[in-house]
Amino acid sequence: MGFLDTILGRSKPAQPNLDELFSLPTAAVTLEAGMDLVPTGTGSVCFRAVEGKAFGDIEKDVRELLNMGSGTASVEVSTDSYGFTWLTCRHAKDDFEALVTDLHAVNSSLAEGGFGPQLLCTLVSFTSDTVHRLGIVYLYKRGTFYPFVPKTGEQRDNFLETRVRDEVGADLKWEPDLTRWFAVWGAPGL
Amino acid sequence: MAKTRYAPDRGLTARMTLTMLLLGLVFVAFIAALVLVLRLGHYASGSGIIFFAVLLGVALGVGSFFYSDKIALSTARAVVVTPEDDPRAARLHGIVDRLVALANMPKPRVAVAPSRMLNAFATGRNSKTSVLVVTTGLLDSNLDDRELEAVLAHELSHVAHKDVAVMTIASFIGIIAALLIRFAFYGELFGGGGRGRGGNNNNGGAIPILLIVMVVGVVVYAVSFLLIRLLSRYRELAADRAGALLTGQPSALASALQKVSGSMNAIPTKDLRAAEPLNAFYFIPAFKANGKEFSLNQLFSTHPSLERRLRQLSEISEQLSK
Repeated sequence: MGFLDTILGRSKPAQPNLDELFSLPTAAVTLEAGMDLVPTGTGSVCFRAVEGKAFGDIEKDVRELLNMGSGTASVEVSTDSYGFTWLTCRHAKDDFEALVTDLHAVNSSLAEGGFGPQLLCTLVSFTSDTVHRLGIVYLYKRGTFYPFVPKTGEQRDNFLETRVRDEVGADLKWEPDLTRWFAVWGAPGL
Repeated sequence: MAKTRYAPDRGLTARMTLTMLLLGLVFVAFIAALVLVLRLGHYASGSGIIFFAVLLGVALGVGSFFYSDKIALSTARAVVVTPEDDPRAARLHGIVDRLVALANMPKPRVAVAPSRMLNAFATGRNSKTSVLVVTTGLLDSNLDDRELEAVLAHELSHVAHKDVAVMTIASFIGIIAALLIRFAFYGELFGGGGRGRGGNNNNGGAIPILLIVMVVGVVVYAVSFLLIRLLSRYRELAADRAGALLTGQPSALASALQKVSGSMNAIPTKDLRAAEPLNAFYFIPAFKANGKEFSLNQLFSTHPSLERRLRQLSEISEQLSK
């Protein structure tokens, strides 16, 4: 936000960066090679719904678009305890790229409708024999990723999160500010 | 290219710019008047008073600029909380985490103040020192999660707009003018402020000069006071607007405002006056003058009227559903 905007108290809603999402498939390969973590085939988009008809219309369009798209995919809508809406797409485990493409379709539909600022994050989940769930969270406004590994009882496995970051390394643009690695308890697909 | 639903309120921006320009003008006129007074008095009488008033004013201004967060926190007896403290703090952090991610801004510290008043305020001059404070009354109140989120989004907008820094700087002339009035008054009482300045006979010219200094102080104080309050009201409207756009739920903010302001009137006046110094950064001002002298009341108020705020929110709501 510019100096003048600050002085005049007119903060503009932050626009999302959608393109970084396509670096996920490369990172998925690295994760599987290095840590045996494979995609679960589930991914979700989290956004803050806007009151009024305009947003409802676009949300409906997005759902129809996804349901029509690829035959194997299924879409679910849920609302979390913070009032944020999650659109969850399920694909075959081996079709990670199709999942990412679908997630991108959701994002760009919302952004084209003028609701880009409402996008919070996207989450894709991974699993292995030893790790129950790993979520890679994409922060739209920052254009960065962070790992999220929930343990039982609202505890995070920070050790594993750091390992994942170091393993994937430069394949993803990681969020350097650790205070922005917020927990997404109970997110669909985790 | 994606279209944007963000429609800036040009009228509000224009009024705010004009107010700040006027404040700047008052500041320049103030300095010019002081220089003129000093020249009239041949730098003898009154200069000591002006010098000390400016010095003390600068010290106070700098102090409140750099310590606003600590002062406000200790005045409200607020304690900074972490998500690990208790479920309520975790919840609060969860909401703030999501809002700052939506807004793409650094996360401020979060604190809870033990008070039965339903309120929240933000303090701190920049993103590193800023603290978002909510009262236990607000957390225990009948506000639902969406309304609490709306209140926090409003306060986060104050942080994003650096309202504490802007208002502290804006109040600066007011502080100097107030000190000047006081010093000139004492100077007159005790016979000339230029005492002890060697070689000058200040018996003759001292009193009129002090009077002029006092009049200048009073005029500047009155004008800047009105302008600062006006600026404060505009910034509240700007924070309402930015907060409502951030959550996409102007109606949630509207219902929170109604609930909180309804409860503000129900609380005994004695408690409210104790909280008065913090008013400028509150969600809803804690102190309300009695009676229905609406216009005068409005002129001195730090916050716009509830009706004005609700009207803006319903405009935004309409804009968003187009």
